[in-house]
Amino acid sequence: MPSLAESPIASCHLALGARMIPFAGWNLPVEYRGLLAEHNATRHAAGLFDISHMGQIRAEGNGALSALESILANDPAKLRDGEGHYTFLLNDQGGVIDDLFLYRLNADNFLLVVNAARHTEDLQILAAFKKKDVSFTGNPGSTAGMALQGPKAYEILTRLLPAHTILPLRNRITEMQLAGHKAWVAATGYTGENGFEIFTDLLAGPIIWNAILEAGKSDGLLPCGLGSRDSLRLEAGFPLHGQDLSTEITPIEAGLGFFIDMKRARPFPGRSILEQQKKGGTTRTCVGLKGQPGQPPPRHDYPVFQGDKKIGVVTSGVPSPTLGHGIALALITTPAPTCGQDIEFEVRGRRVPVKVSPRRFIPKK
Amino acid sequence: MNTPNDLLYAKSHEWLRLDKDTATVGVTDHAQSELSDVVYVELPKPGRKVTAGEVVATVESVKAASDIYAPVGGEVTQANPALSSDPGLVNREPYGQGWLFRIKPDQPKPSGLLLASDYAATLPH
Repeated sequence: MPSLAESPIASCHLALGARMIPFAGWNLPVEYRGLLAEHNATRHAAGLFDISHMGQIRAEGNGALSALESILANDPAKLRDGEGHYTFLLNDQGGVIDDLFLYRLNADNFLLVVNAARHTEDLQILAAFKKKDVSFTGNPGSTAGMALQGPKAYEILTRLLPAHTILPLRNRITEMQLAGHKAWVAATGYTGENGFEIFTDLLAGPIIWNAILEAGKSDGLLPCGLGSRDSLRLEAGFPLHGQDLSTEITPIEAGLGFFIDMKRARPFPGRSILEQQKKGGTTRTCVGLKGQPGQPPPRHDYPVFQGDKKIGVVTSGVPSPTLGHGIALALITTPAPTCGQDIEFEVRGRRVPVKVSPRRFIPKK
Repeated sequence: MNTPNDLLYAKSHEWLRLDKDTATVGVTDHAQSELSDVVYVELPKPGRKVTAGEVVATVESVKAASDIYAPVGGEVTQANPALSSDPGLVNREPYGQGWLFRIKPDQPKPSGLLLASDYAATLPH
């Protein structure tokens, strides 16, 4: 097995006593003191997550926008300077090679924040679109990133900013001095809370990390690992690539068609399949599942049944710390049972009742 | 990590307390710490015959579901009723109120289990 990549913030994790696990080729903290405490801190105060493993790819040059318009499913031409949106890199079958966030820093400089496990493949695909007027840069391990999430995030981050610096509004990104170092700060995240994602260089990474932890100490800010990152994102109904999204699943099947504007002029990979699916429907669809307290939680890969018929599979499942019962996303065959209907999943040879539910399990913030 | 001297241990991180013809089984302090935040426990029904090494219970944390193996063969006589309403007992009192189930062992002397010091030596430092 090749050796695992270390985050630029690794020494901070070690000092904090993190439990480390391999994830997408990286050695990353899964939890520090405990997943539940970290989950609850993020919902009620704030949590700080190392996201240095996530790829930061820059598309630069006069031709950057035009190239991205031919590659990505959500129309990059909709973005103004300092705005970002969720988008997809699709294959010709409409399957999701990667789901990512695209930011327009300025007219000829875009930032793509991609999944660690897809980073290298993304770069290979982008390389085919390289021209004299557009370059794609940003190898794995060349940047640092962190996410400060939760109701106290704004207050904590404000303490580290020079006077009169204004934090961006939701889905916007601004470059600023943070704890004395340059960073791009975006009002985005993967927890269902308000908060910020901070993109910076390798040297500034651990300095900003420590400064945020110190600034948020009295507010109940905790460093958070991949464990709570997963339970938080699932409560918010956000998909995880490799489970809820894959090269075999289209955004329409995953219920994310909202992010794709079919009226745009430019073709992009998978477009004709998505158009067919938007018009004619799909054979599978993603639904939420809600369990009951005192029942085993649904988990990834458990089969889903309606009566005697197997109708699909759980793609992500977790006992929700906020709600006190199991929640899941499941990919099931159409016509799918509607919200509120009772179906079952199977675990260890027995059937457990669940209700079909909206995919967002906690209210929007 | 705490590994009381009066218990026997399985390499798979269960402990066993022998008391006349009943063996009480739980998970070790090390195991509860690795599992973290237990939220659901599935236990065997009394009357079930089990063999040593068989999966007999499941302990679930937010992260994952973990199998629990029978450290000895025999008949399950009791499952801890407190765990259905308070599964966190497994974390708080792994050797006390957080016990999982009781077995009437087939053999008077269990075999293949470790003394506390030998089990402690298998744990990462």
